[in-house]
Amino acid sequence: MASHILSWIVFTPLLGAFAVLFVPQRSTHLIKWITLSTTIVVFGLACVALGFFQASQGGFQMIERALWIPQFNVQYLLGTDGISFPMVFLTAIISLLACLGSFGIKEREKEYFFLYLLLETGMMGTFVALDLFLFYVFWEVVLVPMYFLIGIWGGPRREYAAIKFFLYTLAGSLFMLLGILGVYFAASPHTFDMTQLVGMTRGLWFQKVVFLAFFLGFAIKVPIFPFHTWLPDAHVEAPTPISVILAGVLLKMGTYGFFRFSYPLFPDAAVWFQPAMAVLAILGIVYGGFVALAQTDFKKMVAYSSVSHMGFVLLGLAAMNANGFRGAMLQMFTHGTITGGLFLLVGVLYDRAHSRDLNGFGGLGAQMPAYAGILTFFSLASLGLPAMSGFVSEFLVLLGSYQYSKVVTGLSTLGIILAATYLLYMVQRVLLGKLNPKWAALTDINFKEVLTLAPLMVLILAIGVYPRIILDYMIPTLDALLKIVKG
Amino acid sequence: MGIIESLRYFVPELILLGGAFLVFGTDLFVRNKKTVGELSLLILIVAACFCQMPAQPLKLFYDMFHLDAFAHFFRYFALIAVTLTLLISYSYKPLKGPYEGEFYGLFLFMAFALILVAGANNLLMIFLSVEFVSMISYLLVGFLKKDARSKEAAIKYLLFGSVASAIMLYGMSLLYGASGSLALPAVGNALFFAPFKSLAHIAVLFFFVGLGFKISMAPFHMWAPDVYEGAPTPVTAFLTVAPKALGFAVFMRVLSVVFMPSRAHWSVLLTALSILTMTLGNITALSQNNIKRFLAYSSIAQAGYILMGMAVFSNLGRQGVLVYLLAYLFTNLGAFAVVTLIGEQTGSDDLAAYAGLSERSPVTAAFLTVFLLSLAGIPPLAGFIGKYYVFAAAIQGKFITLTVVAAVNSVVAAYYYFRIVRLMYLTSASGPALPPAPRPLAIALGLMFAGVLLLGLFPGLFLSLIWR
Repeated sequence: MASHILSWIVFTPLLGAFAVLFVPQRSTHLIKWITLSTTIVVFGLACVALGFFQASQGGFQMIERALWIPQFNVQYLLGTDGISFPMVFLTAIISLLACLGSFGIKEREKEYFFLYLLLETGMMGTFVALDLFLFYVFWEVVLVPMYFLIGIWGGPRREYAAIKFFLYTLAGSLFMLLGILGVYFAASPHTFDMTQLVGMTRGLWFQKVVFLAFFLGFAIKVPIFPFHTWLPDAHVEAPTPISVILAGVLLKMGTYGFFRFSYPLFPDAAVWFQPAMAVLAILGIVYGGFVALAQTDFKKMVAYSSVSHMGFVLLGLAAMNANGFRGAMLQMFTHGTITGGLFLLVGVLYDRAHSRDLNGFGGLGAQMPAYAGILTFFSLASLGLPAMSGFVSEFLVLLGSYQYSKVVTGLSTLGIILAATYLLYMVQRVLLGKLNPKWAALTDINFKEVLTLAPLMVLILAIGVYPRIILDYMIPTLDALLKIVKG
Repeated sequence: MGIIESLRYFVPELILLGGAFLVFGTDLFVRNKKTVGELSLLILIVAACFCQMPAQPLKLFYDMFHLDAFAHFFRYFALIAVTLTLLISYSYKPLKGPYEGEFYGLFLFMAFALILVAGANNLLMIFLSVEFVSMISYLLVGFLKKDARSKEAAIKYLLFGSVASAIMLYGMSLLYGASGSLALPAVGNALFFAPFKSLAHIAVLFFFVGLGFKISMAPFHMWAPDVYEGAPTPVTAFLTVAPKALGFAVFMRVLSVVFMPSRAHWSVLLTALSILTMTLGNITALSQNNIKRFLAYSSIAQAGYILMGMAVFSNLGRQGVLVYLLAYLFTNLGAFAVVTLIGEQTGSDDLAAYAGLSERSPVTAAFLTVFLLSLAGIPPLAGFIGKYYVFAAAIQGKFITLTVVAAVNSVVAAYYYFRIVRLMYLTSASGPALPPAPRPLAIALGLMFAGVLLLGLFPGLFLSLIWR
């Protein structure tokens, strides 16, 4: 098993999904427990893989290779390194917690949990595939379950949100497919194998065109301004656990794509587009922040804060130096945990009040003290309070971008101030002030909900206090990447 | 190769031909038409068993019929398509009546005719075999004599078809006048030389009309929606797949044997027509409310994607056409099998009949979803492999505009395929649960589902068959 650990991680959810398929529709308990135990097993496998992972090594590890379509030299090629492994781990945690959060699903449980596990397979596969063709397949496999999960179990405008998400992402990924084909035919011998493609040289003009094709695919997923408009819709309409997955994992697929494919394959183009990336990053950070500030819908506010925070990842990428890359990579992980937690908290409140109107709340701090504490914790983490993980990653990003451009850094810090503003304003409107009598009957957060949030809090604190527990895994790979990009 | 010698390699075709007469004969005496249907199925399977891949290309009947790997591929293609269609039509109620047996017999003739098209290597043979297919198609479309729409569709099809064939025939006469021969290789040789080069540019246009009609290429696609809507559903299913595929087959043979030297000219034209076809098909499909019309337009759009491979016409492009056709065979026939089933069970072909299908008949809905996803080209399903192949060919040939337009088109297409998915899963049911599918149709559905998945997951197996 040790030699196929990644395959097990990717396909265990699929096995679980088939198991769910064969359970009668009525035994909802059994379905839920099968799903939960599957995600627990996957998390366990990820921990086992952590044991195998050699942090000091920069290259790909745990490689599995088999010929899949010989005519096109397509391989079933899995492998992981310091860039993808944290994402695998994040996916395992978020999937497990969101699965716990899904126990409240009341209708069509069988379909829900089948699709949920299918989604996990797609996400895991996306992060460990090292063959471009295989990567594309997994990338698309994520889309379909997501469409249904938003479309069937979502809010009032779910159909619109689901199809919008689907079409946006599909449009982007089709152009990415064209880019992949371009890379394939430009390589000699023709191959999709990342381990071989990285070392090859390509002309600048070609790099620029294909970089743009990949960019469309990834930028829509991140989402980078101005491709972000699907995100608020999808987030607001999706059921809570799916919002968590969206924010926690799916958005990372985009930035992961930059790290894994765009930068190493097109280093010259990456340098050429550096200013453009920086500008887009600032736009995302500032624009996202301002729009988040204006929201009255709790979930929409968190959604736009995602746009702003993901801007920092992009900024770190644009900085193109050691600190920038480390910060960006770390921000991907911490944003997954923090924003995932915030979405869970929105869900906790919504389940009780059936409202997300920020202006309608108030004084809940006294009514739900435990909830108030946790919400404050996550808000502070999100706005970048020192000793929490958000601070470390954003600090590193800014440190990196300062070396690149002072103006860019100065403008981006605006985002941090904005984050403090919209988050504290939210805390004020929800927790402080006079209690609205309408909410006098609200009960505090229960044990099961705390259980889904506690692991995230532990991670946030641990990384915040001692970031090396995760940075050590990333640094060798990122340094190697930097060497490729900078030539 | 002489006639007697050739017969040795012509066994499956002879079985089909003899079998067709046998079926018509038994139909006269057997009251239970189900037996006739089963007999036809048996004949098809026996014929398939006798299909043998020739070691090298064989020129049967004085090179009238060219049996090579290409023709061999389409031999199987035709047999699979006819077999699946028969399985679908066994439970089709409007067909039940005194003429049911003839329906099956006609399909055996159809299989025979399709194989002739695949191997035709002579202008006369091409014309005759294509007409043979068309004639049987007209009959099958109008098979429900008492149904006004079926009759209208048949007449429309006949009129359009005759005009298209006549134009192609005129093109053939030009070629014959130039080369003095009907054999494709001889015609190709004659056109290679200077005085006839410009003639080739003209003649190829006539073929575009005649064969473009068969493959529903825009602007010769007008007949398709009406005919597909009016024809009995199993026939529609068949028409969208098999005659179209064989149209592509003969088109490819003509282009590669006769018109290869003037490729630069028709390649541009085909690129434009490919773009036109997929765009028209997709845009019109957006607003359809009848599932048969909807799939008709979608199949026009699909023809547009297949034309990408034709426009590029590199090795990869030609393989792409074959792979796409194979994927399309399982996918589209599968989708129509579901349409037949739902049409039977709800009595309606409106999109509204699909509302809440996931509750009324979860398995059928799941099948249709997979087929639609495959049509939309989502991996890891068959349709994706086909699309991937033609995209790859176009990128390799540097047809950048074409690929970008095709990519945008695919997004539009995904939107309308998901209209059906949305209806099935996101809206509530409009009626009670539906009974399970009749056995033959269920088997056909299962086979096509397996085909879509296998071709998507293990394309290598199929590709090695095609590449041989």
